[in-house]
Amino acid sequence: MIMKKSFLFFLLLAVLVNARGQTPEEIVNKVKAKLEKVNDYEARGKMKTNVVFIKAPLATVKVYYKKPNKLRINNESGISFIPKGSVNINLNNLFINTTGFDIIDVGKEAGTDLRIIKLLPKDENADVVLSTLYIDEVQSLIKKAKTTTKENGTYELEMSYGKYAEYGLADKVIFSFNTKDYKLPKGITFDYDDGSKKETNPDKLKNKKGKVEIVYSSYIINKGVPDSVFK
Amino acid sequence: MRKLLRIELFKIFKRPRTYIAFGAIAAIVVLIQVALKFDGKSYMDLLLNNLKDSFDFSDEFKTKLLNGYLICFVILNTLLIQMPLLVALISGDSIAGEANMGTLRLSMTKPISRTNYMLVKFTASVVYTLALLVWMAALALFGSMLIFGTNDLVVLRSEGIEQMKDFDVLWRYIAAFGYAAVALTTVSALAFLLSVFAENSIGPIIATMSIVIVFTILSEMNIPIYDQTVKPYLFTSHMVAWKGFFYVKADAEGTTINGSIENLPAILRSLGILLVYIVVFFSSAVWVFRRKDILT
Repeated sequence: MIMKKSFLFFLLLAVLVNARGQTPEEIVNKVKAKLEKVNDYEARGKMKTNVVFIKAPLATVKVYYKKPNKLRINNESGISFIPKGSVNINLNNLFINTTGFDIIDVGKEAGTDLRIIKLLPKDENADVVLSTLYIDEVQSLIKKAKTTTKENGTYELEMSYGKYAEYGLADKVIFSFNTKDYKLPKGITFDYDDGSKKETNPDKLKNKKGKVEIVYSSYIINKGVPDSVFK
Repeated sequence: MRKLLRIELFKIFKRPRTYIAFGAIAAIVVLIQVALKFDGKSYMDLLLNNLKDSFDFSDEFKTKLLNGYLICFVILNTLLIQMPLLVALISGDSIAGEANMGTLRLSMTKPISRTNYMLVKFTASVVYTLALLVWMAALALFGSMLIFGTNDLVVLRSEGIEQMKDFDVLWRYIAAFGYAAVALTTVSALAFLLSVFAENSIGPIIATMSIVIVFTILSEMNIPIYDQTVKPYLFTSHMVAWKGFFYVKADAEGTTINGSIENLPAILRSLGILLVYIVVFFSSAVWVFRRKDILT
């Protein structure tokens, strides 16, 4: 009888633990462990810039990364406008904080089943105020991230994964960032007025979200990247 | 006719003052190139000041941005005011200079109609204008390409930025210089017309420049009452349409479409308006000259 009760108790305990799933700390640690497998990489890809006041061609880029937080986007054959905070496209950057984080579990996102976890830096002077991660628990991959900073507003990341998922490296990254108002005096530019309708609402030209989309074609992982690349 | 044209061109290119314009263009272009070669980064900082809160600009980015194509664009922008003066120097002198020297009456004793005489004079002015433009293209475009190399061209407009791949730029410059030839011919035709009324070349040159300056100011001012009523009819509003070749189309996501022009019909309309101006100015000059009592 006692044996039977003990068995039922442990069975119930096992079911409860299983139902509770992974703790947020466990999920974050698994994601971190996956990302930490990468010491450096050199990736090739195509970059698309989508900012309301910029018309830019599709660029062929090389992205270099080296631990802990060195990242460089180089346009191979031309010029690319690289947004501030683009270092955040490297997901390791989310976890760089010497004093650690408070981790808050917000539950699951409706529709996608992604686990939403918020990271609150313990250091009050840190530039990052809050990071919200949308994590695929099964694959331990960050699918979306929102980072709010003191200085440069909010950055958003959206990732799609493919053959480099085991390293936590995305095949496609969409990086959204805040852009400031752009305007130059006509007396400097001497624009040609072709009579076409101009945007009359000045609010549409300022404080809009800009987007940079990088589709990676290949990664060279942990083969060493010289520091001179980042200068 | 051909012989007469050769004589007119000989007269133009024999005069030392003809080369003032070539010297002035060379000086402006070389001064800009030297300044940007040695202090281009400061100029880039000034241009990019508006964007530095949103984007990171490395020294490598600035070096790439400051390429021969951009330098040529800057030079063309700067020469917008000076070139008409240099063109007017010769065209304004075309008839008035002859009258001043007392050789106009002598020329009219030759067996050539006044219309043909005017045609030859104007053609010679146009050849001079084209020579000036070719000189500028050689220095500003090919000189800058040689000194600074080539890369993507970034054009800063008052409300946006246009970026073109380097392979998509050269044909735009060829088209822009072709357009500029028509634009400067318009100024040449105006100076030529005014030259018919004067017996001293200073008058038509200064009058041409005054008209160009006043019209340019009106074209650039943002006064709603002029935007639809006056500006579309000023030739100076259409002289800057060469820039239209550097305004590109983009897809819904803001990606430049290679080989595209944002508003080609508008450029062609502007070109048409300038051609009408040239015809009107030249025809008026011929009409007045045919009825003119030539006393000197």
